[in-house]
Amino acid sequence: MFYREAGQYKTTYAADMAIFPIRQDRWGLALILFVAFVVIPTFGGPFLLNTMMIPFLVLSLAAIGLNLLTGYTGLLSLGTGAFMGVGAYACYKLATWFPQVNILVWIVASGFVSAAVGVLFGLPSLRIKGFYLAVATLAAQFFLQWGFARAPWLVNYNDSGAIEVPRATLFGVPVTGPSATPVTRYLVVLTLVSIMAWLASNIVHGRIGRIWMAVRDMDIAAQLIGIRLLNAKLLAFAVSSFTVGVAGALMVFLWLGAAEPEAFNINLSFEILFIIIIGGLGSIVGAFFGATIMHLMPIALRALPAMIGLPIEAARVEQLTFMITGILIIVVLIAEPHGLARLWQTAKQKLRVWPFPY
Amino acid sequence: MKTLLKCAAAALALALALPADAMAEDSIYVPLFTYRTGPFGGSGTPIADGMHDYLAMLNERDGGIGGVKLVVDECETGYDTKKGLECYDSVKPKNPVMVNPWSTGITLSLIPKASVDKIPILSMAYGLSASAKGDIFPWVFNPPATYWDGLSEILKSAGGGSIEGLKGKTVGYLYFDAGFGKEPIPLFQALAKDVGFNLKLYPVAPADMQNQSSKWLDIRRDKPDLLVMYGWGAMNPTAIKEAVKAEFPMDKFISIWWPNDADVAAAGEGAKGFRTLNWHGTGANFPAIADIQKLVIDAGKSQTPKAEVGSVLYNRGVYNSVLIAEGIAQAQKITGKEVVTGDDVRRGLENLDLDAARFKALGLEGFAGPLKTTCFDHNSHSATFVQQWDGTKWVKAGDLVGPDTAKVQPLLDEAAMAYAQKNAGWPIRNEVCDNK
Amino acid sequence: MDLFHAIFVDPFAQMISAPDLLAQTVWEGFVAGILYALIALGFVLIYKASGVFNFAQGIMMVFAALTLVGLNEKGVPAWIALALSVAVMYGLAVAIERLVLRPLVNQPDIILLMATLGITYFLIGFGELVFGGSPKSMITKQLYLPEGAINLHVLGGQVQLQKLDIAAAVIAMLMVAGLALFFQKTRIGRALRAVADDHQAALSVGISLNQIWVIVWFTAGVVALATGIFWGARSDVSFALQVVSLKALPVLILGGLTSVPGAIVGGLIIGIGEKLGEFYWGPLLGGGIESWLAYMIALVFLLFRPQGLFGEKIIERI
Repeated sequence: MFYREAGQYKTTYAADMAIFPIRQDRWGLALILFVAFVVIPTFGGPFLLNTMMIPFLVLSLAAIGLNLLTGYTGLLSLGTGAFMGVGAYACYKLATWFPQVNILVWIVASGFVSAAVGVLFGLPSLRIKGFYLAVATLAAQFFLQWGFARAPWLVNYNDSGAIEVPRATLFGVPVTGPSATPVTRYLVVLTLVSIMAWLASNIVHGRIGRIWMAVRDMDIAAQLIGIRLLNAKLLAFAVSSFTVGVAGALMVFLWLGAAEPEAFNINLSFEILFIIIIGGLGSIVGAFFGATIMHLMPIALRALPAMIGLPIEAARVEQLTFMITGILIIVVLIAEPHGLARLWQTAKQKLRVWPFPY
Repeated sequence: MKTLLKCAAAALALALALPADAMAEDSIYVPLFTYRTGPFGGSGTPIADGMHDYLAMLNERDGGIGGVKLVVDECETGYDTKKGLECYDSVKPKNPVMVNPWSTGITLSLIPKASVDKIPILSMAYGLSASAKGDIFPWVFNPPATYWDGLSEILKSAGGGSIEGLKGKTVGYLYFDAGFGKEPIPLFQALAKDVGFNLKLYPVAPADMQNQSSKWLDIRRDKPDLLVMYGWGAMNPTAIKEAVKAEFPMDKFISIWWPNDADVAAAGEGAKGFRTLNWHGTGANFPAIADIQKLVIDAGKSQTPKAEVGSVLYNRGVYNSVLIAEGIAQAQKITGKEVVTGDDVRRGLENLDLDAARFKALGLEGFAGPLKTTCFDHNSHSATFVQQWDGTKWVKAGDLVGPDTAKVQPLLDEAAMAYAQKNAGWPIRNEVCDNK
Repeated sequence: MDLFHAIFVDPFAQMISAPDLLAQTVWEGFVAGILYALIALGFVLIYKASGVFNFAQGIMMVFAALTLVGLNEKGVPAWIALALSVAVMYGLAVAIERLVLRPLVNQPDIILLMATLGITYFLIGFGELVFGGSPKSMITKQLYLPEGAINLHVLGGQVQLQKLDIAAAVIAMLMVAGLALFFQKTRIGRALRAVADDHQAALSVGISLNQIWVIVWFTAGVVALATGIFWGARSDVSFALQVVSLKALPVLILGGLTSVPGAIVGGLIIGIGEKLGEFYWGPLLGGGIESWLAYMIALVFLLFRPQGLFGEKIIERI
């Protein structure tokens, strides 16, 4: 009823294979982009932008990156946090070496460094599979994190041992550092995340994406139909680490403002992994759903008691938030084990046939 | 799906409504970033209790500061930088007069923001050592001593009054392998070269806090004549237990000011003689702390367990709150206003003058040595003393020892300059200075 | 040449010149290995019987130990507290089976992994709510765990064996032996192995999956309690302990996800390997290599045996 594609005819193959073949989807996307680009920056306060939206977008981007590897190619990675770190440190080095170059160039360029490191640690994936592959990426996680802590060169010998984000401007408007307004930072992050999500979506809908999915579904069979596993898997590691690295650079430069090696610890890796599982493996939009549950929901839960005026101590709130988050994760999984992206599919189907269930 | 939508709607409503949370006009809003949860909750809880209880006591006993009630608001960070920033953003609209991050990671993220948001940062004896320089960091305060001061004080007292006493010895450094533990290393290395002692580094990774046996094998091999520890959270009790196990002589083992009573008590009899630096009294025998007992804890206005009062970290929290309160009181005095702002309190914190008489007036006679800040010195580089664990409580084991200013000051100047240089566009100080 | 010397000659020269330190290092590695193996054992039990990669094993360890110490603090005598903690772990197993596993039966591995994250979050919040966040001392004395150390004067020096560590090793071995017997000789053990081999075949011969799951989660809970007691005695019982449990991951993967002996052997290889590596080669790299060495060791082994040392051979068919 609300979501009927009847009467929308496709006349070319390209139109049929479009990412959003249905008019309602295109309108929906336009509406979401309008809200994201216009409504939120206009009406949102600094708390909404700084604490909710920027981290949400950064985590979503990292989750998209991991999803390319884990959801689409079937290679489990627990090194996301460290790859984000590689992006962040690379961006810091590049930005301090060449401060005259636009910071956005370096944020994107840092992805290539991360991609190279990702490929290196992706090599064992040819021989090791499943949960066992996790050890290769865990080795990356702990080795890189140790490297961040042990190489003062990476932070230009700062006494604090942390990345101190330099001030940078874009067309005269500060985008990093303390004087950058939340709105500017939000818009920069949003633009980058939108572009990268769009690119990722194109990749997975095209030839490369199908190769990856073939490898995921059964790599021997994929090999038999002529897919070169080495290339496919390493490409997945490269593209995934690239995206994750950019997310890491964004995290430090536009969200945290300073970062110690501990910022990229194993918990971050797990958080991103859980975002894609709960959002839906093998779904770009799922990354955004997952980040909503894992990042926005706890913030809302924490704010809830203060909102309705319950006099609960801060620590108590935190503990309850943990408990409720845990319960909600299980509830969501029981309700829809394939992640929120599947739930969204089901909802669309329901909307399509409403009010007649069949 | 419906529930999900509802959740989303609720979340949005929350997010939009939060900043609208205006504070009452006739009160001073003091947010406390605390961590009672997470892997470091053990160290964070007594500090949080001490900070909270002292301010609550001021509200009960004096009706706040200068007749203005304090609104004390705890925000749980879990010692996590991301949550700390969340706390910062959530308190910012309520016009806080200062923030107490209680984490070096959070402090580092907040330092650049302080001058823009006009909210002073009080990072009491942690954070960035270089921020002691008020001319470069007008918004950041880290009294009463930096980690570099602490190190020079440890080495001085271990060397019998002068660092030179360590010449030719082997000094081990067991440290938490993060910003906090790594900060003293440049000074340590410089001193090792100047004085001529042999420095051995024993880093403990945050993930291996409770798994230190290989470090203690190293220590057994190297047999250091002095072992200095900069530890936090679960690293402290584990290290002390390992020292007891390894029969490492306690008189050669000395820590920076963070181990708490419980950390040492857990190691049992063997920990007798363990020493740490401190700059304030322990125990509950102070009139102000008696007031806390009476007006706050006995009145059921706090969650502090009785046994915790007077422990090192509880009193540390109290000391932190004394600084908060004095900063506000000074700000009221300087500006003549009752309800002060962050900018006023910055001026107040630059004019702290806690001498023995002032401590006595606060009901904390003999609690701590004098502290005096100026526009240029946001730290006071106070003297500290060594305290020793006698099996049940701490006893003072030496006189006040001041830092080796000649060695520390050049490093500090250099570090502060380097920070400002590396962060191109670092603002040049133009904040008012009220020192006479 | 210097580097070659530092890597290949110096450490061995040190080992020979101070054999007592070598022995001590191996012993420390052995003890750490046993404790890693105990954590890994909990993982293996659950993975074998229910295909769940139990992310919550670390927090179960903390929660079990906290229950024990927390009850004792509230005045319950140590032995009753121990019994009660075992009962709590049983209750937890039943609750997890009822509320989490049963509704999620037959889901992919990764979904079940995610569900255990939910359990982890819940237990962190619940544990802190009930017992508070401050660390507690393990009640070693009340549990009659030995204290002190045996100093052996051998090898031209002194080798110190902590009695507590010896007790940990003995109890770990007893537990493994007990579990092995339980698996091999009892009816429930046979049912467990049947379930591990094939869920549906086991169901069709009348084995109750639900009952089996309760049993394995309960067993893993008891293992977690034992682990928590020993780790807690080495440092203290606090939420920081769950970080240690991450060390079980390389052990698990090295030993093979489904093998009980694999967990033990893997634990010992990792434990001894990382202590030797850190002690003799760590200083070359500025120390702290322990944090990743375990994974590198596991990775090297895996490159030769992709299914872990004792894992079931992976047979791939089209």
